[in-house]
Amino acid sequence: MKRDLLRIAAFAFVVAALAALVDSGVWLTFIMMSLYGALLALAWNILGGFGGQFSFGHALFFGCGAYAQAIAQVSLGINPWLALVLAVAVAAAAGVGVGALSFRYGLKGSYFALVTLAFAEVFRILAVSVGFTGGGVGLMVPLRESAGNLQFGSRRGYIGLVLGFAVAALVVTAWLRHSRFGARLQAVRDNEDAARAIGVDPFRTKLGAIVLSAAFTGSAGAFYVQVFQYLDPSIAFGAHVSVEALVGAIVGGMGTLWGPIVGALALHTLAELTRNLFGQMPGINLVIYGVVLVAIVMFVPRGIAGIARRRHD
Amino acid sequence: MLEFSILFPSVLNGLTTGAVYALVALGLTLIYGVLHIINFAHGAALMVALYAVYLLKTWLGIDPYLALPIVVPAMFLLGYALQRGVIERASHGRDENILLVTLGLAIVLENLALLVFKSDTRTIETAYTLTTVPIGPAFIAVSKLVAFVGALGCAAVLMWVVARTDLGRAIRAVAKEKQGARLVGIDVAHVYAMSFGIGLACVGAAACFLLPAYYVNPQVGGGFVLVAFTIVVLGGMGSFAGALVGGLLIGVVESLGGLMLGESLGQIGIFAIFITVLLFRPQGLFGARA
Repeated sequence: MKRDLLRIAAFAFVVAALAALVDSGVWLTFIMMSLYGALLALAWNILGGFGGQFSFGHALFFGCGAYAQAIAQVSLGINPWLALVLAVAVAAAAGVGVGALSFRYGLKGSYFALVTLAFAEVFRILAVSVGFTGGGVGLMVPLRESAGNLQFGSRRGYIGLVLGFAVAALVVTAWLRHSRFGARLQAVRDNEDAARAIGVDPFRTKLGAIVLSAAFTGSAGAFYVQVFQYLDPSIAFGAHVSVEALVGAIVGGMGTLWGPIVGALALHTLAELTRNLFGQMPGINLVIYGVVLVAIVMFVPRGIAGIARRRHD
Repeated sequence: MLEFSILFPSVLNGLTTGAVYALVALGLTLIYGVLHIINFAHGAALMVALYAVYLLKTWLGIDPYLALPIVVPAMFLLGYALQRGVIERASHGRDENILLVTLGLAIVLENLALLVFKSDTRTIETAYTLTTVPIGPAFIAVSKLVAFVGALGCAAVLMWVVARTDLGRAIRAVAKEKQGARLVGIDVAHVYAMSFGIGLACVGAAACFLLPAYYVNPQVGGGFVLVAFTIVVLGGMGSFAGALVGGLLIGVVESLGGLMLGESLGQIGIFAIFITVLLFRPQGLFGARA
């Protein structure tokens, strides 16, 4: 645990130093978006990598966090820092809801993937249909740049914010690697019946994992709203967020500490390269994500971190 | 609001849509029944087939119904090749991998379509696009009627193949007990690929019946895929009769839901059924296994 924490501190220091030294806006945006992707992948990894429950609908938690953040500011006039707490809480509550329903009835594998997908889609349709989300038009967060208002003039402020979330997610992941709860979670992933036989409660364990996972995904949603100051139902609950979260974790290496970071960085680098090569074409990013996903599952099912570890051993 | 003259056309409409849903769901349930995997690329495959029908019509002027003998075998080959060339190789014997690979395929296909065709919604014009026939107090589009009859016809053919032919016996044997099937000399990998091919062939047929009264865009599969999943879950994974009844039922629910709650909110009815069935009766209405 101590060694993991030291490495996380070193990682945070290096990223912060890079952000302080780099001057180009392009690179600052690259760092910011890579960290944002890493946060999504880290969050997915808690449930998918350590818990073995593959969610195809993490956009649900992302959207709940994002809408909570936006609505709290725009309609209720709550300070964005406070709204952040609310956003994480709402996303975690969504995690409790989905988790309690699906784990209570023993849904796993494909069924769990399906039900998460369906929940995200239900929320997307609801967000289009009800009034307080702004419907299909979406919500705009008014521009008022100040640290107290959680809007920064420079990308550096946002990098600090998302780095904070990512480090928290890393610490939780390190804790999963070394704690009793983490051991239980991995036992349930590897063999649920055997875990139950030695006294682990699979329901409560999986529920804990989905709540943690949802909370961090919700923080990514809130972060998105602060940066882009706009939200509509397909941004919030669309499939691309779910895809980015799971592909990042799988490419990097599920169930590892650094895999999601490596995966998100690799994906964002790839996305930037293709943008430079082919220009801005709709869909090209996701085509590449899909190809990478299939190729990784086909040739290196343990992800990039898996290769690194094999070399190391 | 609940007058017969309004409800009847709505139910009729729902049944015609439902028959096409059932055909898509039959393909999905066949793949599930045999390979025990959920094909997340099913909706994307439908989208590909719809574009094929669209291009045949606009480039070569081939009528959608006459395109059946082209599109159905082509989709079969695509399915066979995907299973043999990609899914089988990537699975490493683990179901989670297959789940991820079919998701990856869906992402690739959908976004390739977005690259090539942009996100425009396209429709085709046929001589019979606007022709309707009266049934009782309702007028129904000829294309929808053809879709209804055609989809049920395809379903009948599929069920005959599975029940009466050697291939069907092999498929059922593999679905029940693949180790035993292998021991009596059935080529399991071949049967897997045949099942995947037939599953996509159903989707090809559905596309031919669908397009005259429908549209195509890169996202069109997404809507269908959840509907098809709902039907398969409702009818019981792997059950043909369940997929048929479930398809017709969902078509009617969607139509009535749209009538009472409006287009977008009407869809909620389907998802409500989906989530409820998945949670409380995952074996479905006709499924035997829990």
